[in-house]
Amino acid sequence: MPVRKLKYTCIVCPQGCEIEVVISDNEIKEIKGFKCIRGKRYVTEEVLAPKRTLITVLHCKNGDYPTVSVKTSKPIPKEKMFEILEYLSKIVLEAPVDIGDIVIRNIFDSGVDIIATRPCRKV
Amino acid sequence: MKHKYDTIVIGGGPAGLASAIKATKLGLKTLIIEKTERLGGIPLQCIHEGFGVIYFKQNLTGPEFSYKLIKEVDRLSIDYITSGYVSEINILSDEAKQVKVISPKGYQVFETKTLIYAAGAREKTLHEINVVGDRVSGIFTAGEAQALMDIYGVMPGREVVIIGSGDVGLILTRRLILEKAKVKAVIEAMPYPGGLVRNIVQCLKDFDVPLLLGHVVKEIRGRKRVEKVVVEKVDENLKPLGESFSITCDTVIISAGLLPHVRMLRELGVKMDPLTRGPIVNDFFETSIRGVFVAGNALIVNDLVDYVVEQGENAAEGAYSLITKKYVRQQNIPVLFDDNIRFVVPQRITKTSDVVFYLRVKRPMKDVKIIFEEIDKVFVFSKARPSEMIRVKIKKKDLGDIKDKLHVRLYSDASPQT
Repeated sequence: MPVRKLKYTCIVCPQGCEIEVVISDNEIKEIKGFKCIRGKRYVTEEVLAPKRTLITVLHCKNGDYPTVSVKTSKPIPKEKMFEILEYLSKIVLEAPVDIGDIVIRNIFDSGVDIIATRPCRKV
Repeated sequence: MKHKYDTIVIGGGPAGLASAIKATKLGLKTLIIEKTERLGGIPLQCIHEGFGVIYFKQNLTGPEFSYKLIKEVDRLSIDYITSGYVSEINILSDEAKQVKVISPKGYQVFETKTLIYAAGAREKTLHEINVVGDRVSGIFTAGEAQALMDIYGVMPGREVVIIGSGDVGLILTRRLILEKAKVKAVIEAMPYPGGLVRNIVQCLKDFDVPLLLGHVVKEIRGRKRVEKVVVEKVDENLKPLGESFSITCDTVIISAGLLPHVRMLRELGVKMDPLTRGPIVNDFFETSIRGVFVAGNALIVNDLVDYVVEQGENAAEGAYSLITKKYVRQQNIPVLFDDNIRFVVPQRITKTSDVVFYLRVKRPMKDVKIIFEEIDKVFVFSKARPSEMIRVKIKKKDLGDIKDKLHVRLYSDASPQT
């Protein structure tokens, strides 16, 4: 199995560290270029099982604005994003919704919650 | 609500909220005037993460970031007016300013010792980037498209071309794709991307969106709705190379950058910096008019909200120092810089406190050394890009050797020492 060198740009924070990973036999042999442990963790995950925090808006009835912005409580597998979005596009919430409210618990039995990131006041 | 204040903050976004919070904590009677119907500013429509990593040590979404500040405003019972239109500002003296406001509460006249102007930035429009063609529906600025989608829940279009690769455009691209629109291309005139690298990765590369560097949109064509754009290849000086092609699309979104929104300051006669397009300020972000301070994107277009908050707090400290006579602005030392630097803010220093300098380079460079000549301060960076503002802090005690000027020099491998 040949040794592969992959270059990643860390997306954990806006510093954008350029991290190099050396892979051989599907195993990470070396990681360099990260400024913090989060960068090392990110690249490890990005190589083995890429994840993203999903953000979107849900429709909300009877509120001051017609939507509530939401995020997943944890990053989810990248390939699951569109499936979850498809489901969320059909959800309609009812005002009031407060910032931090769990609007959907344990979506698709994944252990991940959908959390409101913007309040929607009842009008 | 009293009609006399120590400081009036114009703008209820991150810069305004942060300055109001800081001013209140310093004991100043503070009023915030916000033009929209709620406090929070533009981050309310920026529903992605990446806010507050430095300031709150947390990776927050835009609305979460703003609401952390709003909660603090509520806790401190700071006065504010929403849907407030500032119709007039009068400079009565160094220590007194008058602000006239029209809002649902009617017409009110306030008097204040100091003003903190935090009205943010505005987006460049089609007219500023030389795009010609049909004026049809389906043309938006990035901010408009973002508000439509993420506040009002309406899709701006289905097949989109984005003009400009700044962060706003990149982040919007991802949002459009997640909401099942197709982004046909992101078109950037410069030979390098305008946004942060992390956004190129997670917004374009994640979804295989083509990024056309060194290209411009020449024309927009359509009858009632946008039907196509004509794209042309350009060289580094934006000169057309005579190679053009069409991309079919129903929507064009312009993300050509922001400019400080300074109309009101200009009307007051505040001196402007042609490089930042914002006002010329000293290290307290005080403008050429005494007692008028500025912070956030009205000062310089920032790429991190954390810096915006820092600027808001600094302006509040400036207002406090002026009111309590803690500093007397006798020194007004100009900051000069090499021509491989696009700008340095503040443009003047008073030598009365620590100074945070913000600067941008003109083009991407490696192994950069920034030298503050008169005081022999050196800062080293492995890379510098125009899209990533550089921030350095110099302590008051190290400013001692500066006399009539401070010269900022920049050396790098990519730009020989001339």
